[in-house]
Amino acid sequence: MEKLLELHSVGYSYHTLQGETPALSNINFTVHRGEFVAVVGPSGCGKTTLLSLLSGLLEPEHGSILLYGQKLFEKGSGTIGYMLQHDHLFEWRTVEQNVLLGPEIQKKLTARKREEVSDMLKTYGLYRFKDARPSQLSGGMRQRAALIRTLALNPELLLLDEPFSALDYQTRLTVGDDIGTIIKKEHKTAVLVTHDLAEAVSLGERVIILTKRPGTIQNIIPIGFPASLSPLERRNAPEFKDYFNQLWKEMNET
Amino acid sequence: MSELSAARKKQQIRELSAAQKNYLTAQKKHKVTVRLGRFLLFAVFLFIWEGAASAGLIDSFIFSSPSRVARCFTEMLLDRSILVHMGITLSETVVSFGLVTLCALAVTIFLWFHRRLSETLEPCLVILNSLPKSALAPLLIVWLGASWRTIIITGMSVALFGSILSLYTSFSSVDPEKIKLIYTLGGRKSHVMTKVILPSNIPSLFSIMKVNIGLCLVGVVIGEFIAARQGLGYLIIYGSQVFKLDWVIMSIVLLCIMAMGLYGLLGLAEKRYLKRL
Repeated sequence: MEKLLELHSVGYSYHTLQGETPALSNINFTVHRGEFVAVVGPSGCGKTTLLSLLSGLLEPEHGSILLYGQKLFEKGSGTIGYMLQHDHLFEWRTVEQNVLLGPEIQKKLTARKREEVSDMLKTYGLYRFKDARPSQLSGGMRQRAALIRTLALNPELLLLDEPFSALDYQTRLTVGDDIGTIIKKEHKTAVLVTHDLAEAVSLGERVIILTKRPGTIQNIIPIGFPASLSPLERRNAPEFKDYFNQLWKEMNET
Repeated sequence: MSELSAARKKQQIRELSAAQKNYLTAQKKHKVTVRLGRFLLFAVFLFIWEGAASAGLIDSFIFSSPSRVARCFTEMLLDRSILVHMGITLSETVVSFGLVTLCALAVTIFLWFHRRLSETLEPCLVILNSLPKSALAPLLIVWLGASWRTIIITGMSVALFGSILSLYTSFSSVDPEKIKLIYTLGGRKSHVMTKVILPSNIPSLFSIMKVNIGLCLVGVVIGEFIAARQGLGYLIIYGSQVFKLDWVIMSIVLLCIMAMGLYGLLGLAEKRYLKRL
């Protein structure tokens, strides 16, 4: 399989007047094209920092991050989409204007792009609401709109920063299922950061476990469900419990 | 899902429960009582004022009376002089208000892009804001002469620095995650300004404007006290000097009405904006 993303002994620290706080140290892993990788770890272990580094918003202090074998910072963004914890849909824009924000900023707002995004809105059940304001959408619909906004730039790599954490439990399950299925269908590569072990098992093909601050990789666990299973079906599969317990044990050893 | 809730809402409108009806009538009654109370307060005030003046309890030469104010106003309306005074004060206020809004926006946007400069300038802004601006008016008259320019700048000086400070604060309190979103979509700092900071700050701009319109009126009247031959501020100062207190009190009443009207217009604009959202 083609290597999409490579991290070589990546480290990062935050600097304040009070001192230096190492957030991540010596992170090594590879993400292959089309793969869904979940990253779990105790809170404050640098999960969000990791995504900021992968997206190019932060530059690593140590080591290097390669995207298709090229240094991330030499390439510029555009191939990487980032989904934040909250949807941050803007209330002063309609749903359609919100999902077109990326192309608008990058001056790629062509008629074809509009059509492409309209098709996505249709496919994922939001087209009827394209002229509505975000406040008129349910929590799950908002999260889907946020995903379409990310996908509108055609990223190859999707970074998901606990995108379901703001939702109630029931919505979380359905939206997790939705978004997992959408990402599979659009053949995207994804890195999901979460503190919810069940979510990691239901979505990931591999789970990377980080230790407490400064985050290092404790273990990488492959999750071997049949590819045809949706995230919700995975949760009902008999192996689910075993993977969950394995993660749980690893996490408590950190 | 939302269709369902819309259907439910419709149903609720059709068949109100008795308790809901009771609640609505109580609310309506409350509103009417408050309105009636306000009107009564006003009427009683006018009645006592007029009564006291005509009974000789207060000297109507000094305290004027509602009827004297009304007579004075109609006389000045007939020779159109009051319209000129009002028009001048109003246009000076509107001009200085418009300039304050534009300048405050421009300066704040500039400061937001230059963090080091804004931190350097912050103490200056704080001092200028807390300075009593009426102290500047005599200085301005020397520098700029007794002209409309002095008046408009006095009007601006009252509101400008405070607006910059509060606008800058609300620019800085925009959710950093929203800013991060723009960067994740490949945007630059200018995109952060145009796509997030400005649109999300329109409500706070409205509330700053609503405060400013009153402040500008204050500044313009101060300016007219010292640098004008026309306008309500001039009429107040001149009236007090020649003991035409009807002029003074009428001008104060007219300023009240003007302030209310301008504030109301801005409130209306704000409402329309929020409705469009």
